[in-house]
Amino acid sequence: MAEQREFFYRRLHSFLGIVPIGIFLVQHLVVNHFAVYGEESFNQAAGFMAGLPFVLLLEIVVIYLPILFHAVLGVYIVFTAKNNVSRYGFFRNWMFKIQRYTGIITLIFLVWHVFETRVQIGLGNAELDYSLMEGILTNPFMFWFYLIGVVSAVFHFANGLWSFLVTWGITQSPKSQQISTYACIVVFLVVSYLGVRTLLTFAYGI
Amino acid sequence: MAEQSTVTFIITRQDGPDSAPYEETFEIPYRTNMNVISGLMEIRSNPVNAKGEKTTPVMWDMNCLEEVCGACSMVINGTARQSCAALVDQLEQPIRLEPMSTFPVVRDLIIDRERMFDALKQIKAWIPIDGTHDLGPGPRMPEKKRQWAYELSKCMTCGVCLEACPNVNDKSNFIGPAALSQARLFNAHPTGEMNASDRLSGLMEDGGIDGCGNSQNCVQVCPKGIPLTTSIAAMNRATNIQAFKNFFGSDNAY
Repeated sequence: MAEQREFFYRRLHSFLGIVPIGIFLVQHLVVNHFAVYGEESFNQAAGFMAGLPFVLLLEIVVIYLPILFHAVLGVYIVFTAKNNVSRYGFFRNWMFKIQRYTGIITLIFLVWHVFETRVQIGLGNAELDYSLMEGILTNPFMFWFYLIGVVSAVFHFANGLWSFLVTWGITQSPKSQQISTYACIVVFLVVSYLGVRTLLTFAYGI
Repeated sequence: MAEQSTVTFIITRQDGPDSAPYEETFEIPYRTNMNVISGLMEIRSNPVNAKGEKTTPVMWDMNCLEEVCGACSMVINGTARQSCAALVDQLEQPIRLEPMSTFPVVRDLIIDRERMFDALKQIKAWIPIDGTHDLGPGPRMPEKKRQWAYELSKCMTCGVCLEACPNVNDKSNFIGPAALSQARLFNAHPTGEMNASDRLSGLMEDGGIDGCGNSQNCVQVCPKGIPLTTSIAAMNRATNIQAFKNFFGSDNAY
């Protein structure tokens, strides 16, 4: 039997993008949204997450390793595509292209974001609390960097959810794929709102 | 349009598989109801370019001239399609002809579609009926299913879906949409179904179905209106189930 490794890796890539990475993304933005209810609420929610038992092991298994795999194979996938929206400007072809661009933007954002927060906290250079994020986001450049990063990540997740449904053979008919497009747009808007609302609180205190 | 006396073609030419492409312009007399092929035939009968220089006739591939064989596909004004079905009256002038860039060029507009036939071999797109003895008649196919399968059987391996697919290129080994839909066609056949797992294995091989990135250009451009993306999603489901069967299933996961 010929090699079927690529098939396995690509299916794993699709699966990991939703479970656990997509679930983590939504969870992360929901927990961060506590900032909107006040500094105290945020510190309590973030403190609870940071105080989970075996937190480093959880982070490695649920977050770091899946994202590392998804990112490495994802960058390879980006470079094997030859975008052709100028000739074939269909909606799905645009989504295909934007999915690849937002993947790269999200990766750049993520590396910086993890370095600035988790790594600094781990090294003892920073405390996990409201003022850490407030300090970062009151800088207008960082605010826009975070805004683009968060919206890219959420787009990549929402559109990835749509293609996850196709890749796993759940939505097959054109009609079901159309309706799942609408559903994923709603997911994009709702989760983006959570993320952007939180950023506004940190940056401008509103 | 009736007043128009000439038609201008700008053709991307290439003398051989390894030589550099170049553009050549031709102006030919207009006739009513011309298609691109009759224009090319006109150039062949009088191979003189727009500058009045004598040149070699432009080479292209064709066969049926009624959009069922798939041989005459080329990129016409930026869109891959069959040149036999491209009517000059409906095209913007000048008409630009290029070979399909996904495939190796043999000469001028002739491309080598061998990779598509290799793809059909990879997914075993046939129904094995040969045996050492008479196997008798196979199971019957319900009429409703036959009508549905007929739509999938319209694929003429023309290559337009591969040309439009952003994931079919020299950096990727993706098999392309056409063969994925053919696996579905032959797996739906009552006799072909008996070898369904062989075709699914072909789809799961490296460079198989996994290369699809869901840009869905294929279904938009297919000249035969084949529901390619539905086929791909259906084969995604079938290969996933087969993969689980192969791994977790008992020893008869055929």
